[in-house]
Amino acid sequence: MSRKKLTRRQFVAATAMSSAALITAPYVRGAYAAGKLSIGFWDHWVPGANKASTEIVNEWAAKEKVEVTIDYIPSQGNKNLLTIAAEAQAKSGHDIFAMPTWWAHANADQLENVSDIMGPIIAENGEVNGTAKYLGTAGSKWLGVPASVGSQIKGPCSRIDLMKKHAGIDVQAMYPVGSEPKADNWTLETFLKAAEACHKAGVPFGIGLGETTDNVDTAGAIFLSFGAQLVDAKGNLTVKTDAVRQALEFYKKLISFLPPDAAAWDDASNNKWLVSGRGAMIMNPPSAWAVAKRDAPQVAEQCWTHGFPAGPKGRFAPYLPYFWSIWNFSKNKDAAKSLLVQLSKPASIEKMVVASGGYDLPAYEKLTTLKVWQEEGPPKGTLYHYPNPYKHQTLSIAASPAPPKIAQQIYAQATLTKMCLRYHQGEAMEKTLAWAEGECEGFMRS
Amino acid sequence: MADVALRPDGIGTAQPARKRSGLQKALKRRSTAAFLMTLPLIILIALLVIYPAFYSLHLATLNKSMQKFVGLGNFEFLFRRDTFWLVVKQSCIFAITAVVFKALIGFIVAHFVHNIPAKGQRKWRGMLLVPWVIPPAMSTLAWLWLFDPSYSAFNYTLSFFGIGPIPWTGDAAWARFSVILVNVWYGAPFFMIMYLAALKSVPDQLYEAAAIDGANWWQRIWYVTLPMMRNIIAITTLFSLIVTFANFDIVRILTAGGPLDHTHIFATWAFRIGIEGSDIPLGASVSLFMVPILAVAAIFILRDVNKRGNEA
Repeated sequence: MSRKKLTRRQFVAATAMSSAALITAPYVRGAYAAGKLSIGFWDHWVPGANKASTEIVNEWAAKEKVEVTIDYIPSQGNKNLLTIAAEAQAKSGHDIFAMPTWWAHANADQLENVSDIMGPIIAENGEVNGTAKYLGTAGSKWLGVPASVGSQIKGPCSRIDLMKKHAGIDVQAMYPVGSEPKADNWTLETFLKAAEACHKAGVPFGIGLGETTDNVDTAGAIFLSFGAQLVDAKGNLTVKTDAVRQALEFYKKLISFLPPDAAAWDDASNNKWLVSGRGAMIMNPPSAWAVAKRDAPQVAEQCWTHGFPAGPKGRFAPYLPYFWSIWNFSKNKDAAKSLLVQLSKPASIEKMVVASGGYDLPAYEKLTTLKVWQEEGPPKGTLYHYPNPYKHQTLSIAASPAPPKIAQQIYAQATLTKMCLRYHQGEAMEKTLAWAEGECEGFMRS
Repeated sequence: MADVALRPDGIGTAQPARKRSGLQKALKRRSTAAFLMTLPLIILIALLVIYPAFYSLHLATLNKSMQKFVGLGNFEFLFRRDTFWLVVKQSCIFAITAVVFKALIGFIVAHFVHNIPAKGQRKWRGMLLVPWVIPPAMSTLAWLWLFDPSYSAFNYTLSFFGIGPIPWTGDAAWARFSVILVNVWYGAPFFMIMYLAALKSVPDQLYEAAAIDGANWWQRIWYVTLPMMRNIIAITTLFSLIVTFANFDIVRILTAGGPLDHTHIFATWAFRIGIEGSDIPLGASVSLFMVPILAVAAIFILRDVNKRGNEA
């Protein structure tokens, strides 16, 4: 067995070449020179809407030389919530995750501060609405970038014909396409009268009283319209107040005009109610209308999405944003931030909103008048007022302005709808309030 | 040690050979082979059951933000909540009622099937097992449509007889009835098949002797069938009690705990608090509360099984 002898010259040459290769390697831009990034996006229920996000991400990844993987995680069965809980426990998983409403705050300690990119994004897109700030910031720290994908307003979606015929209300005239709402008379009083009239006519408003989000969101907006808060912004109990009593009295009257099975409604019930043509109004983003467009076009042609009725303390509409957050265990935070900036460019946002058929709502004030909302139909312009283009109503979330960690409990436990139901079923007002106060005390544990 | 004791004169070079032969002997032992063959399963159980169980114990001792050890503080907190006691009560009602009806229906149906001639029995056994083999998440969806608040197929049918509409999931009592009914529908076939197997193992001579003694059908069941089936009834009841107490999917899909929390059981309430409310330690505490209840039931039932085993 012969063995070639390594000369001194050969050894020096090989060492020099190896050293040069090692030193220059990081500066060679290979296909994935900027590392890897994994993203957990919310799986959109509008067919094809995910494609827009994928295209934007892939385009960015090719430019930045980042290897990306995207998982679209559905919210059906709370799969996204389970994934968030698992990743938070394991301190491992995706780099970026689409956090729904309360989950940015719930995981605040484990999320990267994105305030540095929020400044320029706000400068470009305009101010962020109050609810996005309430849910997306802890002190001065932004816990995520408000995502347009999945963010929604759950305002009234009315049947033009039924509201005109039975309640004498022309919703199109009240919320005309291309101009400001003429809705000064659209108050909770008018709303209640309309609910009574439609109930008498056999087409009651489809508002649920169950424990799922659609039901809680409507109750939340109506409570805020009366100035009713169970816990105030400082964390004080404010259950036993006149405002809460007024809200309960209002709901008691309203419940008698709602479908008798409303206590068992979930988030699908109101959609079915509208699509089947059994009701004159529901409180929902345009997903129900989109389903009607496919399954019951004659119903879809009569749908008009518009603003909430005003109460004594203002006009509030439920707004549920998503946030794209970066876990603090992410190994590629710079790339993640760069991608979030790209996703928040006006062109990217418009592309995603168009792909969702106008369902998605940007949180920024300069982006509430996109063309898609003027053009979607039938009837044309049905979504014009959906993004609140004239800031006609205050965007809110149920249980706010309580500190988010307390508010999340009030929201998840559906304390508001339970109070309404208990009082409607004959429980004494003070007993209902005492029960709610006890619940809220429990939610304050740290 | 044993080798040294047996052969005190064995020293130096002989030892490694003896060690090897000891290892070979150990490997040849049936118990070692059995242990090695079950090792993958033991590792799997350790990873998927024992580790999560201890981890949830650890979680239950933390505060809401999971930064501080609070000992039994979460349980103390739960004991002061009315909703918790409502959930305890409902879990007991749900599990006990469902298990009693499952056992009763399973027992009756097992007798019917047992009396079908052997030729056609297999078909019936197969058909009656269908509810148990369909994943409950899927079959409960079908039940949800049957109970749908606005479009219930049951209510539609009942309307022809002038009955209803019944608020299947909208009224507390009806909602409890509905979730128990679906659980019984799903679980009764399991009891049926276990009881059928037990019935087949009862020697015919015992019935013949009872018939000669003039026993009627009830006496045959009471003095022959039931004593012979006691152990299987006890084990099946315990197993079903554990599974029913820990049920999640049926209640979650059908009522999600509503109306007004009146159908929540441990698992659904733990999910509501832990996952939907982001209070994982409290959710873990709620789910762990099942353990002592089930442990007491297991001790009583298994002790009885052991006793009878010894008597036999």
